[in-house]
This record gives sequence, C-alpha cells and structure tokens, in this order.
Amino acid sequence: MLKIAVEKALHGSSGKMTLSVNVEIDRGDFIVIMGESGAGKSTFLRILAGLEAANGRIVCDGVTWLGEKKTVPVQQRNVGFVFQDYALFDNMSVKENLLFVNRDEALADELLEMMEIGKIAARNVTTLSGGQKQRVALARALMRRPKLLMMDEPLSALDPRMRRKLSTQIKALHERFGMTTLMISHDVSEAKALATRLWFVEDGSMKEYPLSMLDRLYGEV
Amino acid sequence: MVFWEQIEWAPFLLSFKLAGLTAAILFFIALPFAWYLSQSRSRFKPVLEAVTALPIVLPPSVLGFYMLLLLSHNSPLGHFFEEALGIKLAFSFTGLVVASCFYSFPFMVQPLQSGFESLNPHMIEASYLAGKNTRTTLWRVALPNIKPSLLTAVIVTFAHTVGEFGVVLMVGGNIPHETRVASVAIYDLVEEMDYAQANIYAGVLLAFSFTVLLGVYLFNHRQKMRVGMV
Repeated sequence: MLKIAVEKALHGSSGKMTLSVNVEIDRGDFIVIMGESGAGKSTFLRILAGLEAANGRIVCDGVTWLGEKKTVPVQQRNVGFVFQDYALFDNMSVKENLLFVNRDEALADELLEMMEIGKIAARNVTTLSGGQKQRVALARALMRRPKLLMMDEPLSALDPRMRRKLSTQIKALHERFGMTTLMISHDVSEAKALATRLWFVEDGSMKEYPLSMLDRLYGEV
Repeated sequence: MVFWEQIEWAPFLLSFKLAGLTAAILFFIALPFAWYLSQSRSRFKPVLEAVTALPIVLPPSVLGFYMLLLLSHNSPLGHFFEEALGIKLAFSFTGLVVASCFYSFPFMVQPLQSGFESLNPHMIEASYLAGKNTRTTLWRVALPNIKPSLLTAVIVTFAHTVGEFGVVLMVGGNIPHETRVASVAIYDLVEEMDYAQANIYAGVLLAFSFTVLLGVYLFNHRQKMRVGMV
C-alpha cells in the first residue's frame, strides 16, 4: 500500500543527524513506532502526512505523494492524524469539530457513539477533560474516512484507566474502518495490545523487530 | 443653548469617518500580511517586520513629509491618481485615508500577528489535514480563536487614527469639512487663543480614548476569565 524511502536532516537531542527511513506498509497493518525522544518518530509521521518536507519518495497505492518533481499537499493526502495535544478547534463544539472536516452527519453521529461522547456533542471543546478531548480528536481524524491513520503519542497525556479504555476504542476503530494505522508510543502494554508490527527508530533509521522482542527491546532503552 | 449645541462637531465626524475607513481598509490589507508573517520562516521576515514597525518610531512629521512627496501630483502615484482617476491626493480627504493607512499599519498588523503566533500550530495543521485551504483555515479556525487580538487590532487602529496629528497636518492641511479633523481643530483653536473650545475638544478626545481602551481591556479580561487564564 505504501512505499517509503525518505531522508531528512534533523537537529535532534544529540546534535545533527540524518533520519533515513526505508519501509513498506501493507493494508491493515497496525504499526507501533517506538524509540527514544528526539529520534525522529514524530518527524517521520509529519513527513508522511505532508506536514514537513523531506527528500526521497513516498508512493501510496500507485500515487506518488513525494517525488523529485512533485509533492502532493497535505490537504490531498487524506490521512487521519491525531496529535498528542489534541489540537481541537477551540471555537467549536464537539460535533462542530467533526462536521468542520466533513458535513457527514451520519458518520459524525456514529463516531460520537463509538467513542461514547454523544452526550457531550454540543459542549464547547475547551470545557472537556483530557480523555474526552482525545476521543474528539480521534473521531475528528476519521471524518474523511482515511485509509491511513497516524497518531503521535495519543495516549501519553492521559491517566492509566483512560489509556486502557481509549486503546480498546482505537482498536475497534482500526477494525471497523479497515484502516492502516501508525502509532507512536512509549508504552509496552499499549504496543502489545494493539500492534501487528513493531518499528524502532535507532541511530536515525527505522528498524523492524518481531513483536516477541518487545519486552527485551524496551528494557534496553 | 445647551453646551453641545455650541460645539462644532464636524471635525469629530471627519475624524471618525477617517478612522472607520482606515480601520476597514487596513483590516483586509493587514490580515493576509499578518498571517504571512506569523507563518513565515523566511530570513527576510525581520526586514518586513522592521519596515512594518517604522511608523511607530518615525516622527509623524517625517512620515508626513514622505507621504506628501508620495501623494503630490509631481510623484508618479499622485500623478496617476490625478490624471487617470481624477482624484487629488494631497490636501484632500482621500489623501488622508491613504496616509492614515501607512501611519496605522503596524497597529493593525502587530496584534493580529502576535495573535496568530500564539495559536497552537497543530490546530492550524489539523485544519489542513481536514483538507481545508489556507483561506478557510484563516477565516474559520485562526480568526475565531484570536478574538481578543482581533478586537485590539481594530479598535486600537481606529483610536490611533482618531489621535493622529502630525501626518494629517502635513498631508491634509487644515481645510474645514475636508481635512480639518478633531486633533487639527484643537491646534487651530489654541492658535486662535480659544481655550474654552479647545478644552472641550480635548476633553471629548480624552474621554473617547479612555473609553475605547477600557472597553478593549475589559473584553480581553473577560475572554481570559472565560478560558480560565485568570
């Protein structure tokens, strides 16, 4: 589904480095990306979404998103993206946040129901708790029915109980909408519950490991 | 006769008309410019910011002098307006509006720019990810989330233009009902030793300026209370 070969110079925590990623993603994968802070995990997702420039090539289902001559802008890639800090539109209610993306009332209602936030649909988003905000952000990310969903540490700002609940909901969404999902995480149990593939960013490159190595890998970090 | 019937209100009306037009025109010019500055990482950004801020530090007479050169019928711009459009810029109300747009430009740009810069950049990116272009993002996401900055920009630009003196005098002179705005009228009254009228005019402008500023600060205070920042 996706072929990615990109390079980008980074000013990471350990000085200048080059992030170099050469990977393929298959439809339906749930990939958890782990690695040290500042290793370039977020930058990789941002490059894939079209929020940051990079050198190289990204091809999605035969369409070149990033090539030598052309770049498909973020608006046309139709990817779902969830930020760690929610990034909701503060001037809108919960439901307006969803309908701003796409005026599909039926889809909005279904997502609100699935995320158990139907009762607060009319509330302004600034009055919500962290867990509620992140569920709105997730629902909003799916309003264009993206084939690819990316999440940058979506659960790290939440308490453990909310993390477990949301992680179950993320799994349900991934299956219900038949998506391919990439999620950055630092949490081993989260990775175990969700991942079908495990990636690790190390020394500026992306390496794949079998899921069975999760405990050992994370122990070393 | 009651005292307000003794006052000639024309200079005030002219001031408010000038300020209203300036604020309206500048809003549409400054908005895309402030947005560009807030999003730009260009190395020319400091140059643009410095040029924008010039009217704040330049003596109004200096700015007024250059504006007069720019608007006079000997300059290409003044010549074009006079020949092609039949509009005389120097010593006319239209000229005052043009000069005021230069003079008050930073007062519209700077609050808008700092408002845009204070927004969570992820919120803007979320709008792009939703497939929205820059214009929709600006009108439906960025602007509604910087209401205090927006109000500050519009009101302070208006009030600052009402309070303009040096530039109007240089560019517009002192023509009743055309370029004789309130601040110029006060200068005129003092020259004529009419301190009583000058006092009333000055008092009206003082009360106006204070009321406007109080209104802006009250609104911004309430907005911050609403989002829990105070």
